[in-house]
Amino acid sequence: MAEENKFTVSIDGISVSVDPGTTILNAARQIGGDIVPPAMCYYSKLEGSGGKCRTCLVKVSKGSEKDPRPMPKLVASCRTTVMDGMEVQNITSPEVVEARKAVVEMLLINHPLDCPVCDQAGECKLQDLGYEHGSAKTRYEFERRTFERIDIGDKIQLHMNRCILCYRCVFTADQITDKRVHGVIGRGDHAEISTYIQGVVDNDFSGNVIDVCPVGALTDKTFRFKSRVWFTKPVQAHCACEKCSGKVTLWYKGEEVIRVTARKDEFGEVESFICNTCRFERKATSDWTIEQPTAINPASVIGANHYEQFQPPAVISEDEKLQTANRAQLLRTEKLK
Amino acid sequence: MQSLTNRKKVLEQKPMTLMERIYFPAIIKGLTITLRHFFKKIPTIKYPEQIRPYSKNFRGQHSLKRDEEGRERCTACGLCALSCPAEAITMTAAERSPAEKDLYREEKYAAVYEINMLRCIFCGLCEEACPKEAIYLDGPHVTADYLRKDFIYGKDKLVEPKFDIRNLNA
Repeated sequence: MAEENKFTVSIDGISVSVDPGTTILNAARQIGGDIVPPAMCYYSKLEGSGGKCRTCLVKVSKGSEKDPRPMPKLVASCRTTVMDGMEVQNITSPEVVEARKAVVEMLLINHPLDCPVCDQAGECKLQDLGYEHGSAKTRYEFERRTFERIDIGDKIQLHMNRCILCYRCVFTADQITDKRVHGVIGRGDHAEISTYIQGVVDNDFSGNVIDVCPVGALTDKTFRFKSRVWFTKPVQAHCACEKCSGKVTLWYKGEEVIRVTARKDEFGEVESFICNTCRFERKATSDWTIEQPTAINPASVIGANHYEQFQPPAVISEDEKLQTANRAQLLRTEKLK
Repeated sequence: MQSLTNRKKVLEQKPMTLMERIYFPAIIKGLTITLRHFFKKIPTIKYPEQIRPYSKNFRGQHSLKRDEEGRERCTACGLCALSCPAEAITMTAAERSPAEKDLYREEKYAAVYEINMLRCIFCGLCEEACPKEAIYLDGPHVTADYLRKDFIYGKDKLVEPKFDIRNLNA
């Protein structure tokens, strides 16, 4: 592509050239690293998602090359497209960090603090966000809104208490599944995810709402209370499925597959949606072709207590003099390995 | 083998002197030390009957606590097992049925909760990790036993007994 068709933007001082029409968030994702704004509602695979949670707020300190005035307020980076010569501040702006803290507090107003019970704990986006940006205490003194648990079909469970109304599941139901059977009813504080008379979602891809949910509002009933995420070992696997791509992550506990999910990329987004047969019914190792262990971020709790390097590296491997002096001892250690 | 340090000292055995060869002075010297101990205060404390004052932060056997209504506080979140450096804790979670509401505090509870006391190093990290204030290392010393399997303490040994006011005077 010709150079003049690209827009150059700088995000936290790192410049990147992207196609016109790219959002600031996607431009930041092309750079990667710490400067990517967190996103709770935006999902690149779901058309029309974004703009609801406000966690991706950034400061535009220079609008464009032609109009260098800064934007008057912080903007949602998932919905704002880049202009040529735009300068964006994310983590370098204290204003953004402050605003993000307020957004997290807002999201947590009605969110129950039941992480010890919740199955999503350990891979929950809101937990990460609260840990990174939030304050340790809540200032909210009133009763949180509560709902009864709802079963959407026999495999999916909706905990409306935990929902942050990101609308991802609604977009999934709209776009991945054929007919809309699941939406948001009510407005403002009364808004809730519902299925209209709790009709069973019997679409083949309905299970994907579990994967797109950033919190523990939609969870897998077959995995309910089976294990904590950090006691399981994720493994990449595939199968020849006629309905979906068949590329999944198997979550092992010991010899047993206790959960099947779609593969997620570094931004926690599903790579390809999988069907309900793969997700809920193929729970034996014999159903799958194992590829490799899933790469886990070393900072993640899922990697805790999984030892990849069994033998600690030898301390004296570099020192020739010490090696010769301790040859007998070294040989003995080698023999025991 | 070449020695690692230069602090090694070679001792030479010299022939015994006359005092050493007589043999009796050494015997008497040894016996005086032994006899002197008969008249000293005995420092031994006979543990189970006699208990020394403990430090406030002593960490002994774990106990799983109950709340003020007598329900088990543990919700099987797994943070104790995660934080355990010795990997001594295992648990299985289960869902509380409506009939068990007065037994367990949260909707999830630990159906099986086991601590391997042979692995445990009594570091107290589980106590620190617990978000529900459910586990404390406030018990006595873990006692000796004969079989390895007897050191795996289940809920029968770990959960504290229910508070009953009638037992107070007994």
